[in-house]
Amino acid sequence: MTQDVPPRESSWPGRRRVTRRTAGRAGQYLALLCYLVFLAFPFLWLVSTAFKPPRELGTLHPTWIPRAPTLDNFRTAFDEQPLLRAAANSLLAAAVSALVAIVLATPMAYVLARLRTRFARAATGWVVVSQAFPLVLLIIPLFLVLKALHLVDARAGLVLVYVVWSLPFALWMLTGYVRAVPPELEEAAAVDGAGRLRTLVSVTGPLLAPGIVATGLFAFITAWNEFFFALVLLKSPEKQTMPVVLTHFLGAEGVADLGPLAAAALLATLPSLLLFAVIQRRITGGMLAGAVKN
Amino acid sequence: MKGAVAARGPAHGSAHLSARGTWFLVAPALIPILVLSVGPLLYGIALAFTDAQSGRTEATRWVGLLNFSDLLQDTLFWDSFRIGLVWAVGVTVPQFLLALGLALLLGQDLRLRWLARALAIVPWAMPEVVVGIMWRLVYHPDAGVLNETLRSLGLGPDEGVDWLSGTATALLAVVVVGVWAGMPQTTVTLLAGLQNVPRELHEAAAMDGAGAWRRFRTVTWPAIKPVALAISSLNFIWNFNSFALVFVLTDGGPGGRTRLPMLFAYEEAFRYGQFGYAAAMGLAMVAVIAVLLAVYLSRRLRGEGEDR
Repeated sequence: MTQDVPPRESSWPGRRRVTRRTAGRAGQYLALLCYLVFLAFPFLWLVSTAFKPPRELGTLHPTWIPRAPTLDNFRTAFDEQPLLRAAANSLLAAAVSALVAIVLATPMAYVLARLRTRFARAATGWVVVSQAFPLVLLIIPLFLVLKALHLVDARAGLVLVYVVWSLPFALWMLTGYVRAVPPELEEAAAVDGAGRLRTLVSVTGPLLAPGIVATGLFAFITAWNEFFFALVLLKSPEKQTMPVVLTHFLGAEGVADLGPLAAAALLATLPSLLLFAVIQRRITGGMLAGAVKN
Repeated sequence: MKGAVAARGPAHGSAHLSARGTWFLVAPALIPILVLSVGPLLYGIALAFTDAQSGRTEATRWVGLLNFSDLLQDTLFWDSFRIGLVWAVGVTVPQFLLALGLALLLGQDLRLRWLARALAIVPWAMPEVVVGIMWRLVYHPDAGVLNETLRSLGLGPDEGVDWLSGTATALLAVVVVGVWAGMPQTTVTLLAGLQNVPRELHEAAAMDGAGAWRRFRTVTWPAIKPVALAISSLNFIWNFNSFALVFVLTDGGPGGRTRLPMLFAYEEAFRYGQFGYAAAMGLAMVAVIAVLLAVYLSRRLRGEGEDR
C-alpha cells in the first residue's frame, strides 16, 4: 500500500493495471449478480409455487419450474376465501382514502411550500414525528374513539383512519412538488393580470398535476397494502381487506395450503406492483425532494 | 409569521402568499390531523397512566405510574424489548450496508443495472403480508426453496430445517426478511444521495492515484453522509416499530423468540384488552425512538432553515 506510486501521465497502462481493472469489473458483476439473486429468488419462488399442482408441492425435492403448470390454485383460492369481496373492500378503502387525502392535502402543501414560517416548520416536523410513532399508541385511542362513534368494524372507520394516516406523507411529497414550481411563473401570471385563483388553476395546477397523481397513487398503494389498522378495526369477514383475508389462508396452526396461498398472495400484489412501476420515478423523486433534502 | 413573507416581495398583486389568507387552505388537512392524529396520540399517552381495559363496566381510573412499574417487572416485556433492539439493529445495519453496496454498483456503468433497478422496487411495492407469506414459502421445511438449494449444494441435512420454528434460527430468519424488505427504499435514497457527489472531485482524486476505497472515504462518503444518517435513523425507527412482517412469519414464536414490542403490545391490547398497559408499552417504545428522532429532526430542521 505504502509503495503505491502515482502513475506518470505518459505511462503506458501496464499489464497489471489492465488485469486489475478487469478483475474489478468482474467483481462488480459478481456482486451485482448476487444482489439480483437475493432480490429475485423469493419472488420467483412465489410465482412458481402459485402455478404448481398439489403433487409437486408435497414432494421433498421441489422443482423450480412447475412441470405441469396449472391455474387450479387460483380457482381454489377463490373457493376457499372471499377474495373478490376482499379485493373490492381494499379497492374501496384505498381509492376513497387516497382521493380524500389528496383533496385535503394539496392546498395545505401549497401553503407549506410557499410560506416559510414557524407554522410551516412545525407542520413539517410533525410529518416526520408522525412517521415515527409506534402505531399501537395511535390505534388504542382511535379504537376507543371510533367505538364511541360506532365506527369500529365499519368500512367508513377504516377509510377515516387511512385518510389521516396518509395525510402527513401526502403533505410531505406534495410540498416537494410545489417547491419545484418556480414562484416566478406565478408572479408573471399575476403581472399579466390573472387573479390568485386563476393563476393557481391555469399555471400552477397543470405543472403540479403529475405530482398530485403520483402522490394519490402512492397513497392508494399504501392503503391497499396496509395491514395493522385493518386487522384491528375490521372483525366481520365480509368487511375485511385483502391483506387480512390473506392471513386466513395460513390457518390456525400455521399449516397452510401452499398453492392457493401463493396464488392469492400473487394476486394481492399485482395492483400495487403495476401502479408502483408506473409512478416509481416520481415517487422516489418526490419523496427525496421532501425527505432527505439537506 | 407575516414578517417572513412580507420581506420577500411586493405585497400587492404578487403571487406570493400572505399568511393571513391561508387558513382556509390549511384547515381541511389540519383539522383532521389535529382531531384524528394529534388528539388520539395525546389520548394514547394519557391512557398509559390509567387502568383502561376493554369491556369493563367500572369507570377507568388514573393509576399514575403503576403500569410502568408493572412493565419494569414484566420479564416478558424486557425480553420483547431486547428482541426488538436486536431485530432493529440486526436489520438496519445490513440493510444499510447492502443498500450502500447496491447503490454504488448501480451508480457504475454496468450492463444489468436496469434489471437491478427494476427488481429493487419489488419488495418496496409489495404488501408486507405478502412479503411474509412469500418468505414462509421460501423457508418451508419440505416444499421450501432454501432447504432444497442447501441440499443440492450438499450443505443441509436431508430432512430439512424448519427455519421459522427452530428456536435457534427463527430470529435470524426473520431478520433476513426484514433486510430484504427494507433494502430497496434505502438503496434508492442512497442513490439520490450519490448524485450530490461532485464528479470532478472524484476524477481529480483518481488522477492523484487515490484507490477506490480512498476515493470513497474522502469524496463519496462526506457527500452522502447526511442522507445516510437520515435514512438509517428512520430505518431503525421503522424497524423497531414493525409488526406485519413478523406477525405473518412467526406471530412472535417460537416461544416468544421473535415477539417484537409491537406484537407484544398488540396482544396485550387486542387479545387481552389491556389498553392502559399496552399504551404504557407504546410510550416506553417512544422513549427509545425519541433519542434517534431528536438526532434526525435536528439535522432535518437545520437543513430546512438553511435552504433559500
